[in-house]
Amino acid sequence: MKKITTPLNENQIRNLKVGERVSLSGIVYTCRDQAHKRLLEKGRRNYLWKGQVIYYCGPTRRPKGKVIGSCGPTTSSRMDRFTPALLAQGLKGMIGKGQRSSEVIAAIKKYRAVYFLTFSGCGALLSKYVRKATPVAYKDLGPEAIYKLEVKDFPLIVGIDSQGRSVYKE
Amino acid sequence: MRKIEAKKIRQVVADLCVEANHILRPDVLNALQRALAKEANKRARGILGAIITNATVARREKLAICQDTGLPVVFVEMGSGVCILGDLKKAINQGIVEGYKKGSLRDSIVGNPLLRGASGFGPVVIHVDIVKGSRVKLTVLPKGFGSENKTQLKMFNPTAKLDEIKNFIIETVRSAGPDACPPFVVGVGIGGTADYAMWLAKKALLHKFNRQTKKLEKEFLTAINKLNIGPMGLGGETTALAVNIETYPTHIAGLPVAVNISCHALRSATAII
Repeated sequence: MKKITTPLNENQIRNLKVGERVSLSGIVYTCRDQAHKRLLEKGRRNYLWKGQVIYYCGPTRRPKGKVIGSCGPTTSSRMDRFTPALLAQGLKGMIGKGQRSSEVIAAIKKYRAVYFLTFSGCGALLSKYVRKATPVAYKDLGPEAIYKLEVKDFPLIVGIDSQGRSVYKE
Repeated sequence: MRKIEAKKIRQVVADLCVEANHILRPDVLNALQRALAKEANKRARGILGAIITNATVARREKLAICQDTGLPVVFVEMGSGVCILGDLKKAINQGIVEGYKKGSLRDSIVGNPLLRGASGFGPVVIHVDIVKGSRVKLTVLPKGFGSENKTQLKMFNPTAKLDEIKNFIIETVRSAGPDACPPFVVGVGIGGTADYAMWLAKKALLHKFNRQTKKLEKEFLTAINKLNIGPMGLGGETTALAVNIETYPTHIAGLPVAVNISCHALRSATAII
Protein backbone atom coordinates (compact mmCIF):
# COMPACT_ATOMS: atom_id res chain seq x y z
CA MET A 1 0.00 0.00 0.00
CA LYS A 2 1.25 3.47 -0.89
CA LYS A 3 2.11 5.70 2.09
CA ILE A 4 1.65 9.46 1.91
CA THR A 5 2.12 12.32 4.34
CA THR A 6 0.56 15.78 4.66
CA PRO A 7 0.86 18.48 3.52
CA LEU A 8 0.41 16.94 0.10
CA ASN A 9 2.79 18.10 -2.61
CA GLU A 10 2.18 18.11 -6.36
CA ASN A 11 4.35 15.09 -6.93
CA GLN A 12 2.50 12.96 -4.36
CA ILE A 13 -0.85 13.99 -5.77
CA ARG A 14 0.11 13.32 -9.38
CA ASN A 15 1.15 9.78 -8.48
CA LEU A 16 -2.14 8.85 -6.84
CA LYS A 17 -4.31 6.76 -9.15
CA VAL A 18 -8.03 6.26 -8.87
CA GLY A 19 -9.06 3.13 -6.94
CA GLU A 20 -5.71 2.52 -5.27
CA ARG A 21 -5.38 2.04 -1.52
CA VAL A 22 -3.30 4.57 0.36
CA SER A 23 -2.36 5.13 3.97
CA LEU A 24 -2.05 8.71 5.13
CA SER A 25 -0.04 10.12 8.02
CA GLY A 26 0.15 13.69 9.27
CA ILE A 27 -2.51 16.33 9.84
CA VAL A 28 -6.11 16.40 8.61
CA TYR A 29 -8.78 18.92 9.59
CA THR A 30 -12.35 17.86 10.31
CA CYS A 31 -14.82 20.13 8.57
CA ARG A 32 -18.45 19.54 7.67
CA ASP A 33 -21.62 21.43 6.73
CA GLN A 34 -21.83 24.36 9.13
CA ALA A 35 -18.06 24.92 9.26
CA HIS A 36 -17.92 25.05 5.45
CA LYS A 37 -20.77 27.53 5.41
CA ARG A 38 -19.06 29.78 7.94
CA LEU A 39 -15.67 29.61 6.27
CA LEU A 40 -17.11 30.87 3.01
CA GLU A 41 -19.73 33.23 4.43
CA LYS A 42 -17.02 35.29 6.03
CA GLY A 43 -15.51 35.76 2.58
CA ARG A 44 -12.02 35.31 3.94
CA ARG A 45 -9.24 33.53 2.15
CA ASN A 46 -8.46 30.59 4.33
CA TYR A 47 -4.71 30.12 4.23
CA LEU A 48 -5.16 27.40 6.80
CA TRP A 49 -6.08 25.06 3.93
CA LYS A 50 -3.11 25.57 1.66
CA GLY A 51 -1.82 22.10 0.71
CA GLN A 52 -3.95 20.59 3.46
CA VAL A 53 -6.54 17.84 3.70
CA ILE A 54 -10.09 18.18 5.01
CA TYR A 55 -11.90 15.23 6.58
CA TYR A 56 -15.70 15.35 6.36
CA CYS A 57 -16.25 14.11 9.89
CA GLY A 58 -18.11 15.04 13.06
CA PRO A 59 -16.80 12.80 15.86
CA THR A 60 -18.81 11.64 18.85
CA ARG A 61 -17.95 12.97 22.28
CA ARG A 62 -14.54 11.88 23.48
CA PRO A 63 -14.74 8.92 25.84
CA LYS A 64 -12.63 9.12 28.97
CA GLY A 65 -9.08 7.90 28.45
CA LYS A 66 -9.30 8.08 24.65
CA VAL A 67 -7.87 10.54 22.13
CA ILE A 68 -11.12 10.79 20.20
CA GLY A 69 -14.48 9.03 19.94
CA SER A 70 -15.93 7.29 16.93
CA CYS A 71 -14.89 9.31 13.85
CA GLY A 72 -15.92 7.95 10.44
CA PRO A 73 -16.72 9.93 7.28
CA THR A 74 -19.95 11.75 6.53
CA THR A 75 -21.60 12.16 3.09
CA SER A 76 -19.29 14.31 0.95
CA SER A 77 -21.86 15.49 -1.58
CA ARG A 78 -23.43 17.83 0.99
CA MET A 79 -20.21 19.83 0.84
CA ASP A 80 -20.17 20.00 -2.99
CA ARG A 81 -21.56 23.54 -3.12
CA PHE A 82 -18.57 24.83 -1.10
CA THR A 83 -15.75 22.67 -2.44
CA PRO A 84 -14.70 24.45 -5.68
CA ALA A 85 -14.18 27.71 -3.70
CA LEU A 86 -11.98 25.95 -1.13
CA LEU A 87 -9.97 24.22 -3.85
CA ALA A 88 -9.40 27.63 -5.48
CA GLN A 89 -7.98 28.76 -2.13
CA GLY A 90 -5.40 25.98 -2.04
CA LEU A 91 -7.10 22.99 -0.44
CA LYS A 92 -5.47 19.85 -1.84
CA GLY A 93 -7.30 16.85 -0.42
CA MET A 94 -10.65 15.73 0.93
CA ILE A 95 -11.67 12.57 2.76
CA GLY A 96 -15.29 11.45 2.86
CA LYS A 97 -17.80 8.98 1.53
CA GLY A 98 -19.86 8.83 -1.64
CA GLN A 99 -19.95 10.58 -4.99
CA ARG A 100 -19.14 14.19 -5.91
CA SER A 101 -20.82 16.53 -8.39
CA SER A 102 -19.43 17.09 -11.87
CA GLU A 103 -18.46 20.65 -10.77
CA VAL A 104 -16.36 19.25 -7.94
CA ILE A 105 -14.73 16.69 -10.24
CA ALA A 106 -13.86 19.48 -12.70
CA ALA A 107 -12.41 21.61 -9.87
CA ILE A 108 -10.33 18.68 -8.56
CA LYS A 109 -8.87 18.33 -12.04
CA LYS A 110 -8.35 22.07 -12.51
CA TYR A 111 -6.56 22.59 -9.19
CA ARG A 112 -4.75 19.23 -9.21
CA ALA A 113 -6.26 17.96 -5.98
CA VAL A 114 -7.49 14.56 -4.80
CA TYR A 115 -10.60 13.10 -3.16
CA PHE A 116 -10.26 10.08 -0.89
CA LEU A 117 -12.81 7.63 0.46
CA THR A 118 -12.49 5.90 3.77
CA PHE A 119 -14.47 3.07 5.37
CA SER A 120 -17.99 4.39 5.91
CA GLY A 121 -19.80 3.41 9.08
CA CYS A 122 -16.52 2.30 10.68
CA GLY A 123 -15.93 5.19 13.08
CA ALA A 124 -14.77 3.01 15.97
CA LEU A 125 -12.11 1.32 13.84
CA LEU A 126 -10.96 4.62 12.28
CA SER A 127 -10.52 6.23 15.72
CA LYS A 128 -7.59 3.83 16.26
CA TYR A 129 -5.60 5.69 13.58
CA VAL A 130 -5.92 9.06 15.32
CA ARG A 131 -3.06 10.02 17.62
CA LYS A 132 -4.18 13.47 18.69
CA ALA A 133 -7.28 15.66 18.31
CA THR A 134 -7.35 19.39 19.02
CA PRO A 135 -10.27 21.76 18.36
CA VAL A 136 -9.02 24.73 16.33
CA ALA A 137 -12.13 26.70 15.31
CA TYR A 138 -15.89 27.11 15.81
CA LYS A 139 -16.03 25.23 19.13
CA ASP A 140 -19.63 26.41 19.52
CA LEU A 141 -20.59 24.05 16.69
CA GLY A 142 -19.94 21.02 18.93
CA PRO A 143 -19.43 17.97 16.70
CA GLU A 144 -19.24 20.30 13.69
CA ALA A 145 -16.28 22.27 15.06
CA ILE A 146 -13.00 22.13 13.15
CA TYR A 147 -10.59 19.66 14.78
CA LYS A 148 -6.97 19.22 13.89
CA LEU A 149 -6.32 15.48 13.82
CA GLU A 150 -2.91 13.91 13.86
CA VAL A 151 -3.30 10.57 12.08
CA LYS A 152 -0.98 7.62 11.48
CA ASP A 153 -1.50 5.23 8.53
CA PHE A 154 -5.13 6.29 8.10
CA PRO A 155 -6.65 3.90 5.50
CA LEU A 156 -7.92 5.51 2.28
CA ILE A 157 -9.00 4.68 -1.25
CA VAL A 158 -8.42 7.24 -4.02
CA GLY A 159 -11.98 8.21 -5.02
CA ILE A 160 -11.19 10.91 -7.59
CA ASP A 161 -7.63 11.45 -8.76
CA SER A 162 -6.00 14.66 -10.01
CA GLN A 163 -6.95 13.79 -13.58
CA GLY A 164 -10.62 13.81 -12.57
CA ARG A 165 -11.14 10.06 -12.81
CA SER A 166 -13.77 8.73 -10.38
CA VAL A 167 -13.75 5.29 -8.78
CA TYR A 168 -17.53 5.14 -9.24
CA LYS A 169 -17.10 5.30 -13.01
CA GLU A 170 -14.37 2.68 -13.25
CA MET B 1 -53.71 -1.38 36.72
CA ARG B 2 -49.95 -1.95 36.87
CA LYS B 3 -48.06 1.13 37.94
CA ILE B 4 -44.64 1.95 36.51
CA GLU B 5 -42.58 4.90 37.70
CA ALA B 6 -41.41 7.30 34.97
CA LYS B 7 -37.97 7.06 36.57
CA LYS B 8 -37.82 3.38 35.57
CA ILE B 9 -38.55 4.32 31.94
CA ARG B 10 -35.75 6.90 32.07
CA GLN B 11 -33.20 4.35 33.34
CA VAL B 12 -34.17 1.69 30.81
CA VAL B 13 -34.01 4.16 27.89
CA ALA B 14 -30.55 5.33 29.01
CA ASP B 15 -29.24 1.74 29.04
CA LEU B 16 -30.79 1.00 25.65
CA CYS B 17 -29.01 4.00 24.08
CA VAL B 18 -25.61 2.68 25.13
CA GLU B 19 -26.40 -0.91 24.14
CA ALA B 20 -27.77 0.04 20.71
CA ASN B 21 -24.83 2.29 19.84
CA HIS B 22 -21.97 0.15 21.17
CA ILE B 23 -23.09 -3.40 20.41
CA LEU B 24 -24.11 -4.26 16.87
CA ARG B 25 -27.29 -6.35 16.74
CA PRO B 26 -26.30 -10.05 16.59
CA ASP B 27 -28.63 -10.68 13.63
CA VAL B 28 -27.04 -7.79 11.69
CA LEU B 29 -23.54 -9.03 12.52
CA ASN B 30 -24.49 -12.56 11.41
CA ALA B 31 -25.89 -11.21 8.15
CA LEU B 32 -22.62 -9.33 7.52
CA GLN B 33 -20.60 -12.50 8.20
CA ARG B 34 -22.83 -14.51 5.84
CA ALA B 35 -22.42 -11.81 3.18
CA LEU B 36 -18.63 -11.90 3.59
CA ALA B 37 -18.61 -15.67 3.10
CA LYS B 38 -20.66 -15.34 -0.10
CA GLU B 39 -19.13 -12.20 -1.65
CA ALA B 40 -16.91 -12.82 -4.69
CA ASN B 41 -15.60 -9.27 -5.20
CA LYS B 42 -12.21 -8.89 -3.51
CA ARG B 43 -12.52 -5.20 -2.62
CA ALA B 44 -16.05 -5.78 -1.30
CA ARG B 45 -14.73 -8.58 0.93
CA GLY B 46 -12.06 -6.24 2.30
CA ILE B 47 -14.68 -3.60 3.15
CA LEU B 48 -17.05 -6.15 4.75
CA GLY B 49 -14.08 -7.33 6.82
CA ALA B 50 -13.46 -3.76 8.02
CA ILE B 51 -17.14 -3.37 8.92
CA ILE B 52 -17.06 -6.55 11.01
CA THR B 53 -13.78 -5.52 12.69
CA ASN B 54 -15.34 -2.14 13.44
CA ALA B 55 -18.18 -3.85 15.32
CA THR B 56 -15.64 -5.84 17.36
CA VAL B 57 -13.62 -2.72 18.21
CA ALA B 58 -16.77 -0.79 19.17
CA ARG B 59 -17.95 -3.52 21.51
CA ARG B 60 -14.57 -4.15 23.10
CA GLU B 61 -13.65 -0.49 23.62
CA LYS B 62 -17.14 0.82 24.37
CA LEU B 63 -17.10 3.13 21.35
CA ALA B 64 -19.97 4.12 19.10
CA ILE B 65 -20.21 1.80 16.09
CA CYS B 66 -20.64 4.93 13.96
CA GLN B 67 -19.99 8.57 14.84
CA ASP B 68 -23.48 9.35 13.55
CA THR B 69 -25.31 8.09 16.60
CA GLY B 70 -28.44 9.19 14.84
CA LEU B 71 -31.66 10.83 15.69
CA PRO B 72 -32.97 8.30 18.21
CA VAL B 73 -36.40 6.98 17.31
CA VAL B 74 -38.13 5.46 20.32
CA PHE B 75 -40.90 2.91 19.84
CA VAL B 76 -43.14 2.45 22.87
CA GLU B 77 -45.60 -0.43 22.99
CA MET B 78 -47.74 0.45 25.95
CA GLY B 79 -49.90 -2.23 27.50
CA SER B 80 -53.41 -0.90 28.11
CA GLY B 81 -53.16 -2.21 31.67
CA VAL B 82 -50.22 0.04 32.51
CA CYS B 83 -50.28 3.37 34.25
CA ILE B 84 -47.14 5.50 34.08
CA LEU B 85 -46.54 7.54 37.21
CA GLY B 86 -45.08 10.75 35.83
CA ASP B 87 -44.36 12.27 32.43
CA LEU B 88 -43.59 9.57 29.82
CA LYS B 89 -42.20 11.90 27.12
CA LYS B 90 -40.02 13.73 29.59
CA ALA B 91 -38.72 10.45 31.02
CA ILE B 92 -37.79 9.19 27.55
CA ASN B 93 -36.01 12.41 26.59
CA GLN B 94 -34.14 12.50 29.90
CA GLY B 95 -33.14 8.86 29.45
CA ILE B 96 -31.77 9.68 26.00
CA VAL B 97 -29.64 12.56 27.33
CA GLU B 98 -28.34 10.36 30.16
CA GLY B 99 -27.55 7.42 27.90
CA TYR B 100 -25.97 9.54 25.16
CA LYS B 101 -23.71 11.27 27.70
CA LYS B 102 -22.80 8.01 29.41
CA GLY B 103 -21.94 6.30 26.12
CA SER B 104 -19.95 9.32 24.79
CA LEU B 105 -22.33 9.50 21.84
CA ARG B 106 -22.90 12.47 19.55
CA ASP B 107 -25.15 15.44 20.15
CA SER B 108 -26.57 15.57 16.63
CA ILE B 109 -29.95 17.27 17.10
CA VAL B 110 -30.51 20.95 16.30
CA GLY B 111 -33.40 22.65 18.06
CA ASN B 112 -34.60 24.62 15.07
CA PRO B 113 -34.53 22.87 11.68
CA LEU B 114 -34.27 26.17 9.77
CA LEU B 115 -32.07 28.30 12.01
CA ARG B 116 -29.94 25.28 13.05
CA GLY B 117 -27.64 26.58 15.83
CA ALA B 118 -25.94 24.56 18.56
CA SER B 119 -26.77 20.87 18.67
CA GLY B 120 -27.94 18.77 21.58
CA PHE B 121 -29.29 15.32 22.46
CA GLY B 122 -32.97 15.94 21.92
CA PRO B 123 -35.86 16.07 21.68
CA VAL B 124 -36.15 12.67 20.01
CA VAL B 125 -38.91 11.11 17.91
CA ILE B 126 -41.34 8.97 19.93
CA HIS B 127 -43.98 6.58 18.56
CA VAL B 128 -46.48 5.22 21.07
CA ASP B 129 -48.66 2.24 20.24
CA ILE B 130 -51.28 0.86 22.60
CA VAL B 131 -51.26 -2.93 22.89
CA LYS B 132 -52.93 -5.54 25.10
CA GLY B 133 -51.44 -6.52 28.44
CA SER B 134 -49.70 -4.85 31.33
CA ARG B 135 -46.15 -4.49 30.11
CA VAL B 136 -44.21 -1.77 28.32
CA LYS B 137 -41.87 -2.59 25.45
CA LEU B 138 -39.27 0.05 24.68
CA THR B 139 -37.08 0.08 21.57
CA VAL B 140 -34.42 2.67 20.78
CA LEU B 141 -33.42 2.91 17.10
CA PRO B 142 -30.62 5.47 16.60
CA LYS B 143 -31.24 6.43 12.98
CA GLY B 144 -28.23 7.73 11.05
CA PHE B 145 -29.00 10.49 8.56
CA GLY B 146 -26.76 9.44 5.68
CA SER B 147 -29.38 6.79 5.00
CA GLU B 148 -32.39 8.68 6.36
CA ASN B 149 -31.79 11.39 3.73
CA LYS B 150 -32.53 8.82 1.00
CA THR B 151 -36.08 8.06 2.20
CA GLN B 152 -38.82 8.09 -0.42
CA LEU B 153 -42.59 7.94 -0.48
CA LYS B 154 -44.80 7.33 -3.47
CA MET B 155 -48.57 7.35 -3.55
CA PHE B 156 -49.36 4.69 -6.17
CA ASN B 157 -52.56 4.31 -8.11
CA PRO B 158 -54.58 1.47 -6.50
CA THR B 159 -54.46 -0.42 -9.81
CA ALA B 160 -50.65 -0.22 -10.00
CA LYS B 161 -48.87 -3.42 -10.96
CA LEU B 162 -46.55 -5.13 -8.50
CA ASP B 163 -43.69 -4.53 -10.95
CA GLU B 164 -44.17 -0.75 -10.65
CA ILE B 165 -43.79 -1.00 -6.88
CA LYS B 166 -40.75 -3.24 -7.24
CA ASN B 167 -39.14 -0.75 -9.63
CA PHE B 168 -39.81 2.14 -7.25
CA ILE B 169 -38.10 0.28 -4.40
CA ILE B 170 -35.13 -0.69 -6.56
CA GLU B 171 -34.75 2.85 -7.94
CA THR B 172 -34.82 4.23 -4.39
CA VAL B 173 -31.96 1.91 -3.47
CA ARG B 174 -30.07 2.80 -6.66
CA SER B 175 -30.37 6.53 -5.97
CA ALA B 176 -29.27 6.01 -2.35
CA GLY B 177 -26.07 4.59 -3.87
CA PRO B 178 -22.73 4.93 -2.08
CA ASP B 179 -23.82 7.88 0.13
CA ALA B 180 -26.11 5.89 2.41
CA CYS B 181 -23.42 3.38 3.50
CA PRO B 182 -24.28 0.12 1.76
CA PRO B 183 -24.85 -2.76 2.37
CA PHE B 184 -28.31 -1.56 3.36
CA VAL B 185 -31.29 -2.87 5.19
CA VAL B 186 -34.34 -1.73 3.23
CA GLY B 187 -37.47 -1.01 5.24
CA VAL B 188 -40.68 -0.92 3.17
CA GLY B 189 -44.08 0.23 4.40
CA ILE B 190 -47.09 -0.50 2.21
CA GLY B 191 -50.62 0.73 2.99
CA GLY B 192 -52.24 3.00 5.54
CA THR B 193 -51.88 6.74 4.89
CA ALA B 194 -48.71 8.57 3.76
CA ASP B 195 -47.48 9.12 7.32
CA TYR B 196 -48.46 5.62 8.42
CA ALA B 197 -46.60 4.00 5.50
CA MET B 198 -43.51 5.93 6.59
CA TRP B 199 -43.89 4.67 10.14
CA LEU B 200 -44.32 1.09 8.86
CA ALA B 201 -41.14 1.40 6.78
CA LYS B 202 -39.22 2.54 9.85
CA LYS B 203 -40.74 -0.19 12.00
CA ALA B 204 -39.77 -2.79 9.37
CA LEU B 205 -36.12 -2.06 10.20
CA LEU B 206 -36.72 -3.65 13.60
CA HIS B 207 -37.50 -7.10 12.11
CA LYS B 208 -34.97 -9.71 13.15
CA PHE B 209 -33.19 -11.23 10.16
CA ASN B 210 -33.59 -14.83 11.24
CA ARG B 211 -37.36 -14.74 10.95
CA GLN B 212 -39.15 -16.39 8.05
CA THR B 213 -38.87 -13.98 5.11
CA LYS B 214 -41.75 -13.35 2.78
CA LYS B 215 -41.57 -14.35 -0.89
CA LEU B 216 -41.67 -10.71 -2.01
CA GLU B 217 -38.85 -9.75 0.37
CA LYS B 218 -36.63 -12.44 -1.15
CA GLU B 219 -37.52 -11.40 -4.68
CA PHE B 220 -36.75 -7.70 -4.01
CA LEU B 221 -33.49 -8.56 -2.22
CA THR B 222 -32.29 -10.67 -5.15
CA ALA B 223 -33.06 -7.83 -7.59
CA ILE B 224 -31.31 -5.23 -5.38
CA ASN B 225 -28.20 -7.37 -5.06
CA LYS B 226 -27.90 -7.39 -8.85
CA LEU B 227 -27.42 -3.58 -8.87
CA ASN B 228 -23.65 -4.03 -8.26
CA ILE B 229 -23.55 -1.12 -5.80
CA GLY B 230 -21.80 -3.21 -3.15
CA PRO B 231 -20.13 -2.15 0.12
CA MET B 232 -19.17 1.57 0.03
CA GLY B 233 -20.70 1.65 -3.46
CA LEU B 234 -17.52 0.20 -4.97
CA GLY B 235 -19.15 -2.87 -6.53
CA GLY B 236 -20.02 -6.38 -5.41
CA GLU B 237 -23.00 -8.61 -4.77
CA THR B 238 -23.72 -7.27 -1.28
CA THR B 239 -25.83 -4.15 -1.84
CA ALA B 240 -28.45 -5.05 0.77
CA LEU B 241 -28.51 -7.47 3.68
CA ALA B 242 -32.29 -7.65 3.86
CA VAL B 243 -35.55 -6.20 2.61
CA ASN B 244 -38.21 -6.01 5.32
CA ILE B 245 -41.82 -5.27 4.41
CA GLU B 246 -44.66 -4.20 6.71
CA THR B 247 -48.18 -3.84 5.36
CA TYR B 248 -51.46 -2.37 6.60
CA PRO B 249 -54.97 -1.96 5.14
CA THR B 250 -55.46 1.16 3.05
CA HIS B 251 -58.07 3.26 1.21
CA ILE B 252 -59.81 2.08 -1.99
CA ALA B 253 -58.38 5.11 -3.82
CA GLY B 254 -54.74 4.69 -2.85
CA LEU B 255 -51.65 2.59 -2.35
CA PRO B 256 -48.92 4.36 -0.35
CA VAL B 257 -45.43 2.85 -0.52
CA ALA B 258 -42.63 4.18 1.69
CA VAL B 259 -39.00 3.16 1.59
CA ASN B 260 -36.76 3.86 4.58
CA ILE B 261 -33.18 2.74 4.16
CA SER B 262 -30.76 1.85 6.93
CA CYS B 263 -27.00 1.78 6.53
CA HIS B 264 -25.13 -1.41 7.44
CA ALA B 265 -24.83 -0.08 10.99
CA LEU B 266 -28.46 -0.87 11.76
CA ARG B 267 -28.67 -0.30 15.47
CA SER B 268 -31.53 -0.96 17.86
CA ALA B 269 -32.05 -2.30 21.35
CA THR B 270 -35.22 -3.40 23.10
CA ALA B 271 -36.32 -3.95 26.68
CA ILE B 272 -39.58 -5.08 28.22
CA ILE B 273 -40.68 -3.74 31.59
